[in-house]
Amino acid sequence: MPDPIVDISNLKFQWPKAPILLDIERFTLQPSERLFLRGASGSGKSTLLGLIAGVLEAQAGTISILGQNIADLPGRRRDAIRADHLGVIFQMFNLVPYLSLIQNVALPCRFSKARMDAVKMAGGVETEAKRLLSRLGLSDPEMLKRNVTELSVGQQQRVAAARALIGGPSLIIADEPTSALDADSRDRFIELLSEEAKRTDAAMLFVSHDASLAGLFDRAVDLGELNRASQTVEAA
Amino acid sequence: MGVSILGLAWRSVLNRRGSALLTILAVALSVALFLGVEKARNAAKSGFDNTISGTELIVGAPSGQINLLLYSVFRLGNATAEISWPAYEELDARDDIAWTVPISLGDSHRGFRVMGTTEAYFEHYKYGQKQDLKFGEGQKFDDLFDAVIGAQVAKDLGYKIGTPMVLTHGLGAGGFSDHDNRPFRVVGILAPTGTPVDQTIQVSLEAITAIHVGWETGSKNPLADTITENTIRSFDLTPKTVTAVFVGLKSRATVLRTRRAINTNKSEPLMAIIPGQALAELWQVMGTAERVLLAVSAFVIAVGLVSILTSILTSLNERRREMSILRATGARPHHVFALMVAEAAVLGFLGAVLGAVLIQVIFTIAAPILSAQYGIALIGTGPSLVDVYTILAVTGAALLLGIWPALTALRRSLADGLTVKL
Repeated sequence: MPDPIVDISNLKFQWPKAPILLDIERFTLQPSERLFLRGASGSGKSTLLGLIAGVLEAQAGTISILGQNIADLPGRRRDAIRADHLGVIFQMFNLVPYLSLIQNVALPCRFSKARMDAVKMAGGVETEAKRLLSRLGLSDPEMLKRNVTELSVGQQQRVAAARALIGGPSLIIADEPTSALDADSRDRFIELLSEEAKRTDAAMLFVSHDASLAGLFDRAVDLGELNRASQTVEAA
Repeated sequence: MGVSILGLAWRSVLNRRGSALLTILAVALSVALFLGVEKARNAAKSGFDNTISGTELIVGAPSGQINLLLYSVFRLGNATAEISWPAYEELDARDDIAWTVPISLGDSHRGFRVMGTTEAYFEHYKYGQKQDLKFGEGQKFDDLFDAVIGAQVAKDLGYKIGTPMVLTHGLGAGGFSDHDNRPFRVVGILAPTGTPVDQTIQVSLEAITAIHVGWETGSKNPLADTITENTIRSFDLTPKTVTAVFVGLKSRATVLRTRRAINTNKSEPLMAIIPGQALAELWQVMGTAERVLLAVSAFVIAVGLVSILTSILTSLNERRREMSILRATGARPHHVFALMVAEAAVLGFLGAVLGAVLIQVIFTIAAPILSAQYGIALIGTGPSLVDVYTILAVTGAALLLGIWPALTALRRSLADGLTVKL
């Protein structure tokens, strides 16, 4: 069996001068697995994603991404792993306002040679960006010329999804990407994202407070059950 | 469609073009001021250095070298003493001297200085890069009462060839001490030189002697009016004294030796100065003010640069999200750092270039006006290496200043992690 994409054990994290926020004994995400992580706001979801993405450092434990324990790596190596292997989608305001749609989608290729090379194999940055946008339902050439700030929230989220997917990263991290969407576009968004992730065999870690989405994924985990710190808080 | 860091910086600046434009304008104005002062300073200096050329020594009665330079070349102030005619003749006879131009000062015409000299003046006196005096109209003085006037004199007084004029004893504006019984007429108008020659009226040495017949005591003798123009022509009009002498040497190499010989002259005390040296000394005195001005304008550039800092620092808050997005899509800390520094450099560069262009436009518009109205030639104010160095220095300084907001952005983007705070 190949290495899990994410393998966390005995993780402890706390913000300065705050009680311990995360205490996770074991958490794994297998290749190509689409996992739904449910958690209430303030439960440490975003912090966990920050740890997996390598922009935050845990006080204890190991976080293995593609077999490498990033807790041991210096910041620039964690940055390199994120650039090469992770696609990130935020809740909203995902786009750089002064870049075009295509430039926004192409951004990860600017920072990762591996993804740039992958995209070149697929026919070039612009071609690939357009292909992904079109797969996500943004194929109107007029639309592509628009300023990104003129797009609807749903359209912006799809551009962000295309950006996360470009260059075939191994893991897509999505932090409440659908909370600003209505129910129809929400389901459609998850469907499109899942389809594209499947095509590239990317694993997906989808975080939301909305338990009703759990059915759309391979597996669902509740952060409250996973995180021993929250159990002690709740018990207290 | 990859976008380089500089490309990102450029687009980011464009995205905030309103405030960016103001910042660029602030830098541009400060750079324009600095370059303007620098160029005007150079123009003044070269105009100054170009006042006299080709003359190896100026000889006068002993005083200070700046004093001698001021009255002989700049027509400022007065000689405290004169050189006797025999002493001049002795000087002129020296073997190492190629030519001499004696001048006699002390009279004026409607505020312009009158200078008595010989025809040799038009041949040997040079200015700028050894440029000869050229006639705009007319010719050298030939008759006793002929006058050759500078370009500015002609322009200000509206004089033409043939205009009669009355000289005034001393430097008053005219009146009681007019040499009104000795009317002169304009025979030549010199082309503009941008030097004090433009404000001078040249007559022959004999003419100076002639107008002072009957004025030996310093004021008009009642008998003076009884001497007619025709009788005066029959007088011996050889001057008794001259004010100063411009000297050209046979060989430049002997300049120090000849100067020492003149300075230690036995028959009559004389002083010889080297114009270049005296000009340099005079410029040192005048240069202080100009250096202060330059220092002040350099500080104005610093203010312009601080406005870059202000504009970037105030933009950081609204751009926290932008930084998080860049970090999330794989930007390393050094990318965020480079983006900030590049933005500062872009603002500095654009401001400096705009400033350099601005001052060039101003000088291009002002040059003909200054030249026509005041006879001030703007020498060496065109584009130069100084512009390039200034642009590079301002861009470099902006780049260095950019380190501050860059470090702030970096610290924040690391602390923010992936969580984009609203």
